[in-house]
Amino acid sequence: MSALTLVGHQLRYDQKAFWRNPAAVFFTVMFPVVVFLILAVVFDGSTVNVDGGIEATTYYVPAIMALSVISATMQTLAMTLVIAREDGRLKRGRGTPLPAWVFIAGRIGNSIVVTVLMLALLAAIGGVLYSVPFPWERLPEMLVTLAIGAACFCCLGIALTAAIPSQDAAAAIVNALLLPLYFLSGIFIPEDELPGGVIDFANHFPVRPFFEAFFQSYVPGTGPAIAWHELLVVGIWGVAGLLLAIRFFRWTPRSG
Amino acid sequence: MPEPVISISGLRMSYGEVEAVRGIDLEVMPGEIFAFLGPNGAGKTTTVEILEGYRKRSGGEVTVLGEDPQRAGRAWRERIGIVLQSGRLDPYLTVRESLGLYAGYYRAPRPIDEVIGLVGLEEKAETRASKLSGGQQRRLDVGMALIGDPELLFLDEPTTGFDPSARRQAWDVIAGLRDLGKTVFLTTHYMDEAQRLADRVTIIAGGEIVARGTPEDLGEREAQATTIRYRSGGREVALQTATPVRTLHELTGEALARGEELEGLEVTRPTLEDVYLELTEPPADGPISGDIGPKSAHRPEVSE
Repeated sequence: MSALTLVGHQLRYDQKAFWRNPAAVFFTVMFPVVVFLILAVVFDGSTVNVDGGIEATTYYVPAIMALSVISATMQTLAMTLVIAREDGRLKRGRGTPLPAWVFIAGRIGNSIVVTVLMLALLAAIGGVLYSVPFPWERLPEMLVTLAIGAACFCCLGIALTAAIPSQDAAAAIVNALLLPLYFLSGIFIPEDELPGGVIDFANHFPVRPFFEAFFQSYVPGTGPAIAWHELLVVGIWGVAGLLLAIRFFRWTPRSG
Repeated sequence: MPEPVISISGLRMSYGEVEAVRGIDLEVMPGEIFAFLGPNGAGKTTTVEILEGYRKRSGGEVTVLGEDPQRAGRAWRERIGIVLQSGRLDPYLTVRESLGLYAGYYRAPRPIDEVIGLVGLEEKAETRASKLSGGQQRRLDVGMALIGDPELLFLDEPTTGFDPSARRQAWDVIAGLRDLGKTVFLTTHYMDEAQRLADRVTIIAGGEIVARGTPEDLGEREAQATTIRYRSGGREVALQTATPVRTLHELTGEALARGEELEGLEVTRPTLEDVYLELTEPPADGPISGDIGPKSAHRPEVSE
């Protein structure tokens, strides 16, 4: 079996397990959709005062898409890998001929499949219910932005597993990190409502620069199609995550 | 002489100041079920993890299937199967899917249905792992270790925490591995498990090997006496003898002459459990032999 076929094999089973896992499906699929619908219903008709004023719904489509990317990559990887590690499933897999990188590639592939589905789903909901246009003319730039962000948050998710001691701690630690960043980065509360300085603070972390870059590629007229400066910050976080993951990722259970 | 499948000499393993394994030697031959027996903390899991290639040793020579596990690669992993001590399976995959996932990792896997049959999960093939009982999960675990058709299987405490019926089911599966010609390295702290399954037993305590042999040998070696129990005139009698045939002959001869039936007559050899406890536990205050429990009203000693 070639390495790519093997990645495909692993991915197929990871997909089955993902869609049968109610917690993963809730956090990664249901939660973003529900949050988008709530925000859209509450703020429909109002205007967000950025870049000369845009519809709130137009603001929230890329905002919740950014959240979905992070949820499908960082959150899903951190939680499912810690659970598999503490179950002894990672260790068991290491006892088979399956190369370690194939296993990880399968999991990342799973995150990418879910990311793409979520973007399609949110784009469809935004387009059909609130006439938010999809940026076909900037699709390549949007995909580059997406790829850099997804890669970064995959690395951060894998690195984060090293800081999570047990299955029970996984959801708490992941949410304790991400939820405040979502609020501080203008994802739930539009940035024009946030006090000055909050965005400056959030710009040091990866969520805000990724959201900003993704937003600009998604909503024409708000900035360059590819926001290289923001993507650089995202990339630095990604490389840091990659190095930490290589150094500290473990296959054997930490507890029990 | 066939080459040993596993060969260990002078194996040492230290964790900081603590020496978990203090220079052990052993060989496992092709096709045998080898039990590595010892109490918790004796160094069993450390040793088996070194053999499986999970752990680097501090010293000594180790060869498994002709290679040093520390340096062995994918081709070597094709030839071994591992059941970890406390592994949980993917709760969302069915029995067939779990086996299918692992089958994809090997170049020449056994057919999935055949493995399902080997571990007796035909009825549960489409059931998710989370819906299986503990014993069924462990059988699936063994199936996943068998799917690559390995020559050598490591089973680390495969029945710890099981109820008696689950243990029996797991034992049947393990005993069946012998018929497949697999070599099995079984670690356990249950004497009866070793006695029931193993061709040869090696007992480890405190990081050192304290006994080795066939289960029968080990029983023999420490056999101070065979116990003969019966009830006579309402009393329980227990005799210890090194020559059970002769003693029994005399006893039954006398009973026949008196026209008496020896109620509850029973001849027991010391179990491996007794041997094991003697080898792995500090000596007790009193002699263990001769004790037939608190019910005994009478303890004659027959010495030859």
